[in-house]
Amino acid sequence: MPTVTLTVNGRSVTADVDSRTLLVQMLRETLHLTGTHVGCDTSQCGACVVHVDGKAVKSCTTLAVQCDGASVVTIEGLAQDGKLHPMQEAFREHHGLQCGFCTPGMIMSAVDIVNRKGIVDEATIREELEGNICRCTGYHNIVRAVEAGAKAMVSGTPVRQAAE
Amino acid sequence: MTVTAIGAAVRRKEDHRFITGKGQYTDDINRPGQTHAYFLRSPHAHANLKKIDLSKAKAMPGVVAIYTGDDVAADKIGGLICGWMIHSKDGTPMRAGPHPILAQGKVRYVGDHVAVVIAETLSQAKDAAEAIVVDYDVLPAVVEAGKAQAKGAPQVHTEAPANTVYDWHIGDKAATEAAFKAAKHVTKLDIVNNRLVPNAMEPRAAIGEYDAGNDALTLHTTSQNPHVARLVLSAFIGIAPEHKLRVIAPDVGGGFGSKIFIYAEETVCVWAARKCGRPVKWTADRTEEFLCVAHGRDHVTRAELAIDADGKITGLRAKTIANMGAYLSTFASSVPTYLYATLLSGQYAIPNIYCEVDAVYTNTAPVDAYRGAGRPEATFVVERLVETAAREIGMDPAAFRRRNFITKFPHQTPVIMTYDCGDYKASLTKAMEMADVKGFGKRRREAARRGKLRGLGYSTYIEACGIAPSQAVGSLGAGVGLWESAEVRVNPVGTVEILTGSHSHGQGHETTFAQLVSSRLGISIDNVSIVHGDTDKVQFGMGTYGSRSGAVGMSAISKALDKIEAKAKKVAAHVLEAAEADIDFKDGKFTVKGTDKAVDFGTVALNAYIAHKFNPQELEPGLKEGSFYDPTNFTFPAGCHICEIEVDQETGVARIVKWTAVDDFGNVINPMIVEGQVHGGIAQGVGQALLEGTVYTADGQLVTASYMDYAMPRAHDLPSFEVGMTVTPCPSNPLGIKGCGEAGAIAAPAAVINALTDALGTEDVPMPATPLALWSIIAKQSKAAIAAE
Ligand code: FES
Ligand code: FES
Repeated sequence: MPTVTLTVNGRSVTADVDSRTLLVQMLRETLHLTGTHVGCDTSQCGACVVHVDGKAVKSCTTLAVQCDGASVVTIEGLAQDGKLHPMQEAFREHHGLQCGFCTPGMIMSAVDIVNRKGIVDEATIREELEGNICRCTGYHNIVRAVEAGAKAMVSGTPVRQAAE
Repeated sequence: MTVTAIGAAVRRKEDHRFITGKGQYTDDINRPGQTHAYFLRSPHAHANLKKIDLSKAKAMPGVVAIYTGDDVAADKIGGLICGWMIHSKDGTPMRAGPHPILAQGKVRYVGDHVAVVIAETLSQAKDAAEAIVVDYDVLPAVVEAGKAQAKGAPQVHTEAPANTVYDWHIGDKAATEAAFKAAKHVTKLDIVNNRLVPNAMEPRAAIGEYDAGNDALTLHTTSQNPHVARLVLSAFIGIAPEHKLRVIAPDVGGGFGSKIFIYAEETVCVWAARKCGRPVKWTADRTEEFLCVAHGRDHVTRAELAIDADGKITGLRAKTIANMGAYLSTFASSVPTYLYATLLSGQYAIPNIYCEVDAVYTNTAPVDAYRGAGRPEATFVVERLVETAAREIGMDPAAFRRRNFITKFPHQTPVIMTYDCGDYKASLTKAMEMADVKGFGKRRREAARRGKLRGLGYSTYIEACGIAPSQAVGSLGAGVGLWESAEVRVNPVGTVEILTGSHSHGQGHETTFAQLVSSRLGISIDNVSIVHGDTDKVQFGMGTYGSRSGAVGMSAISKALDKIEAKAKKVAAHVLEAAEADIDFKDGKFTVKGTDKAVDFGTVALNAYIAHKFNPQELEPGLKEGSFYDPTNFTFPAGCHICEIEVDQETGVARIVKWTAVDDFGNVINPMIVEGQVHGGIAQGVGQALLEGTVYTADGQLVTASYMDYAMPRAHDLPSFEVGMTVTPCPSNPLGIKGCGEAGAIAAPAAVINALTDALGTEDVPMPATPLALWSIIAKQSKAAIAAE
């Protein structure tokens, strides 16, 4: 069995995996990082999106061995020092999730969109989210969340604090 | 109003775990010593099982056990049930064939369960399944509802001659016929309500586990109603008695109806766990979901509307054939009958209605409730008829609706329902203003200059939610009562746990239910936790579907809170040394009338538990109350959705340019969450109208079994939505709630198709109205136009 070494959420991990093991399987089954989800078997839904060396990838379509030596960030690694990432805040603030199943992939994709494109308009967000399917929200509030998250990421404007 | 009170857009308490990847869905759970199940499924839509040879497969590495229908039969495990009895016109009970959890002698649809392989790893289970040799005697198949009853059609179950499960009817046939005879105008439509695959993003999953020491079983499963699952598994399938079976539905990633039902897979997992002595885990892959989850809709209908000289509707009649698939799923029989035909009056005063429904077996996946369940089908029939009729008699569709709206309540329809309240003119008027219907003509002309056909379509829908008064549904054939339970446990320092039989799989109960408690007891929502989804914690409950958790589930909580308040007042009277009658409770404080004496809720809770200040022989210590709430009526959410659409003449691509929704859900606890429900519902309805088609070949192969082939709505397929509300509080429950979960999916398809038919100038637009379908219509029209020149 090949040995794979990854940096996952800043921690170095080494594991022996079957060569057919997908990155998502290694994350979920070997490392017990179950925030990354599997929603399909044709690389369509995006529930499995993580960042590999800073780029969004579908971990259901990536072999673990392909990522040897790479740095992987999953939804569990997005918050820093107990502080939520602005995009996480934005999803909560704008009700960008219902059942939460698509959410980790949505947030990871959204962060990637802003990393690549900065502040984006609604049409661009909708086009860019083409690889992420949500069955619950109708995307309306996901779009609002990504707009707000982008602003917060780019300009540091905090996402409005939750009204509670 | 404090920010956590009823009516405030409180941000969701449950979100933190979901946005940080800490949700616990069934597939995230692993049990020590766990094995993996893989189902060998039929590749044929219809075949006799001649022989299953397991010898090679059993010897494969990692295989723990392989079971077939013979093992199920030997263990006397019962089949899956359908819990709603429908009688045919002649009074005979519906004719249901058996529904075994592993096929016995015959397979009836592609994906039907032939054997289960249990192995150390999933890969090993899959490899071994490939080594099973099955000798199939392939039979001809029938897949279309409209062909199932034809002479000589393949028979799916011998119990149901002509594949007919029941032929049912409702309404007054003679009176309706008379209305049609006397009509000035009759509008006729042939309608196909396309089959849909629910596609919750979390695929179904289950883990069965056996505790030999206590002879007890635990099932983790993706369920909307774990108590109903336990009841069925215990009382009907015979897995274990209820007190020896715990069913847990942890975080569930969407349901939309598809996770109400009790399926073969979880039943096999929990049965096999005892048999092989190891936990058995199964998670569907998406293809399995497409093949085997209960599908939705699939109706073929001929519908007619009778109109008099004044533009008043005098009658409606419909004949529907409903595809049940290869087996009757848990509530399948109720969907095209009592959840469908009872809504055919829509928002209109229609004096005469008659509807016939034939439910038929075919060699396809079972069909059951999917978001809206029967009500989207009814709304589509009514709203397509009304829109078409208005156009045919040359009346403005909005004015025609207004002329026929029900305006006095309660209103008894000819098809069972008694609408309790509503203001249909108000929602239509508000929606028309928000949609700027006045400016539509100008927008249409502007679009035409760009080569686009622009149309506007209404859908003034109604639904029956808050399911449902137990006696009423019992008299209609339901096998269960449809109340809900709640228990309120106040802890000694005044924090509160709510145990509810409702189940949240995206609806935000942890927040809205806490808002109710917060506003009633005057404590922070952070001091309230909602416990659900575990039969060991919550005694019993009916679960979440039919937009019932607000109207029924929260009403149960409200009733239990009444009891808490009553008892707490007694305790407070002792603490404050006053008469109970002089105690007031407001904003979390107990006060004595006419004095400044006060004590807060937490102190009273503590006193209830330490029991120093009262005589425990007269007043029991503790502060915990429960309630079983049975609603007095269905609730009737209603509203108006307006879709404005543009069709590209060159490509046939339709783009929704504006969506306006004005809904009356009665009182609203959390408008943010309610609007989210509306958005999601509209997306599913638009999906049905424009994108989602389930295609079986004539021999029963499911062609659309992946996201490559089945078009799910994506972000760029949809616009942002304009959502407004009108409120007539529901008189049928203490909170005045009607429910909001299904409205969008019910309203949307008719609004889209009414807009498309307006744009294209033909009533003949199918669902899904794909670019190809629309382009073909446009091409035909231009050919005809050229020929006419
Ligand atoms: S699970 Fe990776 S795209 Fe669906
Ligand atoms: S929140 Fe449920 S799938 Fe997106």
